[in-house]
Order: sequence, then C-alpha cells, then structure tokens
Amino acid sequence: MIAVLLNKPRAKDHGRDNERSDRMRTPQQTLDEILDLASKHFKVARHALEPDDDFFDKLKIDSLQALELLSRLEHHFGVEIPDYEMQGVSDFRTLAARVQERL
Amino acid sequence: MSRIELERQPSLGSALDAALERGRDLLCLIEADRERENVRLTYGEFAARGLFLARALEECGFGAGHRATIVMSNQSKWLLSAYAVFRRGGVLVPLDFKLSGTEHRQLIAHSGAQVVVTEYPVWRQMALPAEAARLVLVSEAPPNADLRGARRWEDFSSELPSAPVARQRSDLACIVYSSGTGGRPKGCMLTHDNYLEQCAALVSLFPFGPGSHYLSVLPTNHAIDFMVGFIGPFVCGATVVHLRTIRPEFVREAFTRYRITHMALVPMVLKNLERGLRQRLDDLPAARRALIRGLIGLNRTLVGRRPKTWLSRRLLWPIHKSFGGALEMFFVGGAFTEPETLEYFFDLGIPVANGYGLTEAGTVITVNDMRPFRSDSVGKPVPGTEVRILAPDADGIGEVAARGRTIMSGYLDDPELTQATLVDGWLVTGDLGRLDSTGHLQLFGRKKNMIVTAGGKNIYPEDIENAFVGLPVKEYCIFAANYLWPQRALGGEQLVMVLRLEPGQELGPELQQKLEERNRRLPDFKRIHGFTSWQEDFPRTASMKVKREELAERIRTQLVRDHAVVEI
Repeated sequence: MIAVLLNKPRAKDHGRDNERSDRMRTPQQTLDEILDLASKHFKVARHALEPDDDFFDKLKIDSLQALELLSRLEHHFGVEIPDYEMQGVSDFRTLAARVQERL
Repeated sequence: MSRIELERQPSLGSALDAALERGRDLLCLIEADRERENVRLTYGEFAARGLFLARALEECGFGAGHRATIVMSNQSKWLLSAYAVFRRGGVLVPLDFKLSGTEHRQLIAHSGAQVVVTEYPVWRQMALPAEAARLVLVSEAPPNADLRGARRWEDFSSELPSAPVARQRSDLACIVYSSGTGGRPKGCMLTHDNYLEQCAALVSLFPFGPGSHYLSVLPTNHAIDFMVGFIGPFVCGATVVHLRTIRPEFVREAFTRYRITHMALVPMVLKNLERGLRQRLDDLPAARRALIRGLIGLNRTLVGRRPKTWLSRRLLWPIHKSFGGALEMFFVGGAFTEPETLEYFFDLGIPVANGYGLTEAGTVITVNDMRPFRSDSVGKPVPGTEVRILAPDADGIGEVAARGRTIMSGYLDDPELTQATLVDGWLVTGDLGRLDSTGHLQLFGRKKNMIVTAGGKNIYPEDIENAFVGLPVKEYCIFAANYLWPQRALGGEQLVMVLRLEPGQELGPELQQKLEERNRRLPDFKRIHGFTSWQEDFPRTASMKVKREELAERIRTQLVRDHAVVEI
C-alpha cells in the first residue's frame, strides 16, 4: 500500500510541489506528466507506458494502489480529486482528462 | 449504561428508536473527509435529522412494506436514510454504488423500490427515468444542477413529527442482492428477526459500548458494515466514524484523531496494511529492526493464543501508536484471508476476528472468537446458528450448510432458486468445508461456479458474459477456474473463458486483442484471467441455454488446467 501506517505524517497542505505546477497545462502536458509520475512511483520504465494502457495491468497495481497514484497526482497538480473520480477509470488518458477538468 | 434488550424489540426500526432515545447525549456519528469533519451528531441529533427524512417519506405516501433503495458511498446520509426507511416501516434495498448505471436501473426495477436515495455522482451515472420511482432523493448536488424531478436530500427540514410505523419480527426488513444482473438477480429477503438475532449473537461475542469508536470505510451496503458498523454499534451506544475516502494516509490519520477501537476490513485492505507495515519495518536501521523483531517475538511468547492487548500495547507501543493507540481489534470477512496475514497482526498484538458468512445468512455464519485465536479456521458458528457438512468425504470435507434464525426467507420472486438453496430448513452454501474436533469450520474451496475477490465482491461468471457480446467466435462461456478444476484451496481465484471457434478459425493475435479490449472495459475485479479453446459445440437445453454443469464436466475430464489455459 500504500499505506505505510508507520510513515511520517503526510504534509498537510495540498500545495503544488514544483514550479511546473504553476503554469497552465495542455491536456497533452497533463498526460505526459501523469505518465512520468506513474513510471517513477511504481518503478516501471517510462517508455513502456502508453496513454491508452490499462494502468492496473501495466503497473500491476490494485484499486487501492490506484488511489495511491491519485494522491500523488493531487500533490503534483495541486488539486483535490475525490475517490469516486476513479470509478470506471482504467487508462492513463481518461485519468488525465479527469485531472485536467479540475486544473 | 444498559444495552438495548434486543430480544424484546419487534423490528430494526424499534431497536434503533430505543438506541437513539437511550443514548440521546452520546456521540453517535462522525463523517470525516480527509482532514475535514463534515458531520458530528449525538444520538439525539441523529434522531432529529432522520425524522426530517421520515417525514418526507411519509408525505409521499411511503409506509409499511414499501421499498426504498439506498445507493450511496460510505457516508452519514446512508445511515440517516436507512433509519428513516425503518421508522416508516419500509423495506430497505441497499445497492452497491459501484455497479454500473444499467445494473442500478435493473435492480431498482427488480426490487420494486418506490423511493431511491442516492448521491449526485451516482445519480448522474444512473440516468434513472422519472417514472422509475415515486421519489428520488439526491445528496450533494451542485447548486445549479438540473435534477430533472429528483429532490435534494439536504432540503428536508420539518418540525412536524413522523410517527413510527410498527413492524413484526417476521416482516421483511431488507432485500439484499448477492449477485449482479447478467444472470439471475438474487435478492435475499431478510426479516427483522434475521437481523435482530444476528445482532444479538454478534454483540454477545464482541460487545461494543459507549467509548467504542468504530471506523467505517466499507460502504454500508456491504453486509459486514451494515451489521458491525451500523446496527451493532448503535444498539450498544458506540460511536461510528465514517471516512469518505479509503486512502491509507487518511485512514492512518483517522485512527489517531478519533481514537479508533474497532474496524471492519476486507482482505485486500488488510493485506495492504500488512505490506505497508512489513516494508516500514524492513526500512528501519538494522539495530532497531532487530529490537522490534525481538519485541514481537517476546509478545508472541507472553501473549500465547489469547489476545492481551494491554500487554502488547506496552511492548510494541510504536506500532500501536501508529494505529491510534486505542485499537482493540479488526474484523475481516467477505473473502478468503491468508492465515499468514492473520498471524502477522496477531503477533503485533492486533487481533483480527476472521469470519465467514453469506448475505443469505444475514451476514455471519462463523467467526473466530479469540478463545483461542486461530488463523487456520473461520471460527465457530455464532450463537443460534448450526453448521453441518453435507456428504463429507473421507477427510470430512463436504458442502457447508447452515441453519438458524438469521437465515433469509428466500430469494425475491424466485421460488425455484429458493428451493434449491434452502433445503429442509438448511441454507446450502456451495462452499466446501470441514468441522474440526473443536467445532471450528475450515474452508477448502467452492462447489459453486463463482469467485470472491480479495475486495469481498462475489463475481458470478454469467453476470459478466454480456461484456463480451460481439466477440467474433461461434460461442463462449465463462467459468470460475476452480469450478472447472476443483482444488482444495481458496484465494487467488480466477475466471476463465472457454471459446468455441468457428470452423477453420484460429485463435490468433487479432482475436486475442479483441478479447482483451472487451476485458479491459470491465472493472478490474470483474476481468477474466485467461482463456481456453474448446473443440465441440456447447451442450444446450431445448431453450438454447448452455448446460454449464455438463460443459464443465466435459472440460474437467478432457483438459488439464495448466496446459489448457492461456493467461491474459
């Protein structure tokens, strides 16, 4: 998990975690950044990830780990995305669209 | 404070009324979302809010025996709405909010629900036609949303009273669907007697009380949360904390902030907690790691097989502190839990009460009562429930059957299926098990064609076949792999598609790609794991339905699983 219960407390703010977050993004940029983050977080080669890939299959994750990815995206993009936004979402492109709506 | 005398209560509505009156000033319900707290209600405030809704139901003519469905995620309005339905003498139809809109519409129609209570994102996906229900209540709708005749849940406030509608023990309390819609909707009819007996049995084993703080992360349509996270804590005057996200970082914070004492989980979440703890311990510097491992070993020796939480807390405080420091135990059920996981938590001084149940049995059939703790069984039958093994083999393994006052009265509008499931007063479960010399039930697999995911969802193969309509093959059929090739084990259950190709057709990459595309459209827990090719036409009935049992028997005798199944 995700949830390493013994971890240090998470930073409370949902602040943007890098300067790239402060500019407007095109849908393509959002998608690319999501692929970068997923690759880094789940240690899968970036070139192995395609926008229409099923992230459950490609990253070999379960639905809880998908929520972990969502938390990571929230932190990166500085937005709050409710759990239910992941309902029925299984590919990076749709995920990026859900994030883009909230930027 | 005395507990509600459940045996004197005629219905869930009256039991809840008694609980709300008795606990008036006690903290009843908290709804938290991330770091925010949305709702905090005493029992008295809960009653007042629930009565607003009961009044609204009354005004639209909703009364004794009428049916209302709740389709909501884990939140306080679920419980408030359920109370209002029971107060009005209604029958509750809890639906899984994660089903598709089509499935929601089908089950609402099948249940005959006149009232639908839901939340905006679910309602939007449901696309319910106006004539489908007399009253549709939608919570959390944006201010400008066009609700097309549905009403806002939050709009109800009334000073007018709403008198309770009396029900009897034998009256229907809930219709709970134990399978989806592709095949045959299985609406389990559960009476007030079923629930009150179940509640009395569980409360006698695991008494909650004022000061018990139950963390609810499972949606309340889940049988475990309905009983352990709603009815049970309420009749004991405990506090329920709803968390609207299941993300571990927030779960972790909730443990500490609300001094959580109990929590129910499905195996997938428990496994993830274990993974996280193991990883964290592995990451410690070698000396600290060795120290903690030593303390875990010492705890194991001193505690033995009966939990001594006070001792474990002292020995392993850093671990217990990370769970808030007040945690008494976890409940786990809904699917198979690996014994290693149960042992891992027990060694840390966090007992996990592992149980076994079916919706048809009004939730729980057996549970581990910790006297002593055992990881190799799903426990002993709860008080009032009998278990026996039908046609046991030489090892004592056979089909599990259960009898008692918690067993459903049948499936809604399906006497044929009811007759096949309730035989001479016994619920025939379709699960394979053995009772050992101490009365503990051990499970060994399934006789029925279905799988249960680690997330606690029952998946029936016929429910997902529709997702593959149009696949360019002669015919196909989906089976649980363990049904085709029985094995004495649970866990790691998989679904396999059997394909009958057209004459001369080959199982090439193009066909495989089409299959995978359709598979990906399904939610991850409903996907097939592999496929196999079959060389004969499927046996069918006169009405052209596939004879699944006969086909399975032929496959079982002619194909070997390891060679025949191509994994996706």
